[in-house]
Formats: sequence, structure tokens, C-alpha cells
Amino acid sequence: MMNNDNKSELLLNVKGLRASIEGKEILKGIDLEVRPGEVHAIMGPNGSGKSTFSEVLAGDPAFEVLGGTAFLDGVNLLELSPENRSHEGLFLSFQYPVEIPGVSMANFMKAAINAKRKYFGQDPFNAAEFLKLMKEKRAIVELDSKLASRAVNEGFSGGEKKRNEIFQMAMLEPKLSILDETDSGLDIDALRIVAEGVNKLHTPHNATIVITHYQRLLDYIKPDFVHVLYKGRIVRTGGPELALELEERGYDWIKNEIDAAEQS
Amino acid sequence: MNQYSKLYSENVDSLGRRPEALEAFEARVPQLDRVFEPETYAVNLRRLKLPVDAALSFKCAVPAVSASPALIVNDIFQPARRLPDGVTLMSLRAAAELHPELIPASLRKREEITAESALNDLLWTDGALIRIGRGIHLARPLQLVNILSAPMDLLTFRRIVIVAEPDSDASLLICDHTQDSERNYLVNELIEVRVEQGARFSLDRVEESSPLTVRRSEMHVSLDSDAKFKSASAVLFCGDSDSKIHVDLLAPGAEAEINGMVIASGEEAPKFHTFIVHHGEHTSSNQTFKFVADGQSNCVFDGLIKVMQSARFTEAYQSNHNLLASSEARMHAEPALEIYCDDVKCSHGATTGQLDPAALFYMRSRGIPEDEAKQMLMEAFLADVINSVSIESLRDRLRHLVERRFSALGSGHDSCANCVALNP
Repeated sequence: MMNNDNKSELLLNVKGLRASIEGKEILKGIDLEVRPGEVHAIMGPNGSGKSTFSEVLAGDPAFEVLGGTAFLDGVNLLELSPENRSHEGLFLSFQYPVEIPGVSMANFMKAAINAKRKYFGQDPFNAAEFLKLMKEKRAIVELDSKLASRAVNEGFSGGEKKRNEIFQMAMLEPKLSILDETDSGLDIDALRIVAEGVNKLHTPHNATIVITHYQRLLDYIKPDFVHVLYKGRIVRTGGPELALELEERGYDWIKNEIDAAEQS
Repeated sequence: MNQYSKLYSENVDSLGRRPEALEAFEARVPQLDRVFEPETYAVNLRRLKLPVDAALSFKCAVPAVSASPALIVNDIFQPARRLPDGVTLMSLRAAAELHPELIPASLRKREEITAESALNDLLWTDGALIRIGRGIHLARPLQLVNILSAPMDLLTFRRIVIVAEPDSDASLLICDHTQDSERNYLVNELIEVRVEQGARFSLDRVEESSPLTVRRSEMHVSLDSDAKFKSASAVLFCGDSDSKIHVDLLAPGAEAEINGMVIASGEEAPKFHTFIVHHGEHTSSNQTFKFVADGQSNCVFDGLIKVMQSARFTEAYQSNHNLLASSEARMHAEPALEIYCDDVKCSHGATTGQLDPAALFYMRSRGIPEDEAKQMLMEAFLADVINSVSIESLRDRLRHLVERRFSALGSGHDSCANCVALNP
């Protein structure tokens, strides 16, 4: 009975998730549970599968899912197209946001917002409603008024690209946001703006997964849980102190433990 | 003997004798055989008034460009209701009879006469003469609408002669439409444009013709010193459409910008051939051509920049980028440079590929449905050509037409049912 109640509260429930790209298995059985209001950090050495995990959850067709399940608020993500995963409340902030010359931010966001409204049987926003929403949300990450007419990410600085990701997150109001290496390529001021934006958007009803190499971001976005991903599995889970320990000791001690266990 | 030389010999008297044209044409007959299928087109040699009034039923999809477009219905000219001062826009046939002094000699050198233009020399019956007077600046574009509409399969020969006199500044929009898409049409068109010293002339084109339309268009442009010519062509619907654009930059300061965009689906076969020839020093040219090829379309771009020995300090650029939207669409791209002079800046680049999967996934991850995301990316791909259109109101209209054109791709309907010209 107790167990069941817990289950229904899970915002994200991933079990045994395995995935490959071009025949190479990257995720080898990931288990992760995230509840509303929580912030999780996923850390790990390069090549451990952190970005792959986020991309597989978001439905990147480059990957093949080999097994396991992933439910978002009770909805089976793996059966949905990337666009419907977005509508259901999943948001991925890309490590490398894509430049799309010729598509303005206004048209891009309008298409996204109105597709979501249509999915839920709502009328599309008209131009005035939409621009008002954009204005309100871009203030969260201090993006200027030229944003609407600029092409998506084209000519944006590294910091602007990441702020633009958080702006899109603000527009789409996801249940679960996965921030993939949002701190990479950011100077300290941009990092602060991005982190403050994320914290402003945090509520008791949504959750955030922060994927990062470094402890630095976690000084700004405080995690409730820290997981270490290595060789396609979560090999350690702890509280915020685990991130500090990793900062101090590096990943080698975990790698050595896992590699030794594998060999024996 | 080819059916068209036969046709000519039977009807030569009704046209008046054009012995040089006949000789030039006969020498090139073998090049034409493939063009004329089926071999049952009618030619309106007697200038009969066909029982159609395309002009009445036609609604232009590009409004607000010109208050009063001139029409060429098949090959019969219908004048604009009013014209700005200093502008001649009249039937070429009438001009040849009444004011032959207004029609300049042909721009084509002997070696530049193709089989198609030789046939046009032989059989042209009407078209338009446009002259922009010296120093005249037009605030609004002129518009010429070509409409094909006939109760039988029809072969038409039209010719458009344009002279932009020194220091004039004008733009012209030419639209091509098919009214009755059940018919086979073959259009043979020759356009000659002289842009005289210090004049600016821009020519934008929109083609929306039916799958059964065969179009052979050839344009020759000559630019004198400090003359500027700009052209953007949009092919939204076509059958077998072949456009040759030949530009001679004759004297210092001449500049040409030649752009084109094509959206092709079904079995459409749009082709562009450019020949940009730099003769004078300090001349410049720039070309951008973009194709989106879907269905089983068969597209061609071959573009040549030729820099003559005399043309020092030339700047000439060409780019051709193509998107293949289906696995059965074909794109033939053949960019070429011929340079006979050392001190020049020239480049060309051609790419053919598919939509960027990273961009597509990024858009879908934000909730934009796959088809809509693809359409947005294809529109974005064409954006720079659309933005190069000289006529501002046409740019907006073109964005809308392109959007509708791409919607038609997704729905899988017959392209004619979606033709914006017929269903405005």
C-alpha cells in the first residue's frame, strides 16, 4: 500500500533503461526516480552516457532503445514522439543548442507554444498574447527585446545560447527539466543568470535534473540528490555531499571500484 | 523533317518571310526533337481570338504590386489600363508595325543562338515591348502576367523586349500562370533586356504553371557602364520548366545579382542555366540559387561564370544550395568558372543535402510537430532568396505563397488543386 502511494507520486520513473547508437550500447540499465519538487544532479566522467540519457528521454531518433521503461507522471515516454514528450512536460536544455538560420525566435516559440495548446485542445495564442508572454519570460534570464526577431541561436554567444534555453523552459513550463551541461562555456556572470533563472522556475510541482561535470553549478542550483553515472549505469547515489567529495577526489576512485568489481 | 519545321514551311507566308531565321533554325532542328512531345500542339498563326477570357477569371495571387498589370494571354498582349509617364509597355507586334525604331537589334550573337531562340525568331507572334525612359524613376513596379489558357493543346511563342534607358530606375514583376491545367502547353519565350548606362532594372518572376506545361525561356541581358540588374525568380509550381539566363556585363561598374528559388514535387522538372559573362573591368556579379526537391522531381542548376581577358578586377560569386526532401528526388548541380584573366575575385559553391537532423530534433524537442518543423526549416532555407526580391510587397506575398506551397507538399494533393493562382 505504502509502496503504491509512493509510485503515484513519482514524476519520473526510469527502470532498466538501455539504449544504443549505431550498434554501440551506451546506456546499460539506468534506474532513476524523481519526485515533484526535487533537484537531482547527474555527474560522471566523460563518455559515461550522461548526455545520451537525456537525449534518449527526449526521444532523439538517433538512439535505439533496447529495453527498460521510462514514465513521466504516469505517461509512457518511450511510446511518444519527441514533440509529444515535450507536450507531456519534458524539457531538455541542450548542451549544444542548435543554430537555425532563417527561423526567428518568435516564430519558433510560437509554433512550439501553439502546438502544445493544440495538443491540449486549447485555441492558439494570438500575436499580442504571445508577445506578452515572451516579454514576461525573457526577463527571467535577462534577454533583450531583440530576441524575438533574431534567428534561433544564430550568432548567439555561449552565454546567450544557454540563457535562451532557460527562456524556452520558462515559456514551456515543463514538469521535468533536464539541463545538460548547462554550465559548459559559461562565464561566472552568465552562470549566475542561468542558475537564478532555473531557481525562479522551480516549484514544488516540477523537478529538475542537472547534468554536469563540475560541482561549480551545484553551488547555485542546490541538488537534493547526486548520482554518478559510469559506463551507462548509475553507480552511486548520495546527497549534496557526494558532489563535494567528487570535486575533491575526482572520479578515479569510483571508476577503480567499479572496474575492480566488474573484473571479479 | 521535324513537325515544327513542317509547320513553318506550310505557314511561312502568313508570317512573312524570315529567311535568316529559317536557316538558323533548320541548322538546329536536331536539338529540338525531344522537346515537342506530344506532337499535337496548335499554333495560333492567324491570330484567332480564342474563346477564352482568362483575364476576366484570373485573380492575381500577388496583389498590391501594380495597380494595373499588362497581360499576355497565350501570346496575345492586353495592355495595362494606365501607365506611369515615361514608360512604354505595349504589344511587341504592334510596336514592330507602328514604331519599329523603338525595338533595338537582338542582343544575341550568332554563336549564342540556340535551337529554341532560333525557333522563336521564326515564329514569334507577339509579346511586349517595355521601355523605361531616360532618367525615369518608377515608384511602383510594373507587372506583366503571362496566362496560358486555351480550349486545345497550344504552342505559343512570345517575346519580351526591355530597354532601361540611361539613369532610369524601375522594377518589373512577371508572373506565369496556367489557367486550364488539363491542356498541354508549350511556351517558347525569349526575353532581351538592355540596361543602359547608369540605369537600374530589377526583374522578379513567379512561376505557377501546371504539370503539363513545357516552358522554354531564354533571357539575354546586357549591362552598360554602371548599370545594375537584379533578378529573383521563384518557381512554385511547374511542369517541365527550363530557364536560361545569359548576362553580359559589358562595361565598368556593371553589376548583376541573379537569384532563384525552386520548390519541386511530383514529377516536376525545373531547370536553371546561367551564363554570366564579364567583359568589362570592375564588373561584379552574384548568384544564389536554391532548390527544394521533393517527390520524384528532377531538378537542374548549371551555372557558368565566364571572365574574359578584358575583365580585370571582376568580382563574381555563385552559390547553389539544394535540399532533397525525398529519396527519389534528383538534383543535378553543375557550377562552373571559366577565367581568362588574372586579377579577379571569383568563387562558387554548391551543396546538396538533407534537412539537418540536429535542427529537426531540436525543434521537435520543443514540441513542434515533425511536419511543421520540416516545413519551417525548408522555408528558412529559402529565406535569403526571398529576402533578395526587390519588390517589398512581393517578399511578404512570396513568404505566404511558399508556406502554402509547402503545406501542399505535406497534404499529398494534386498540386493544381492547391495552386494559389487558381484558388486565391
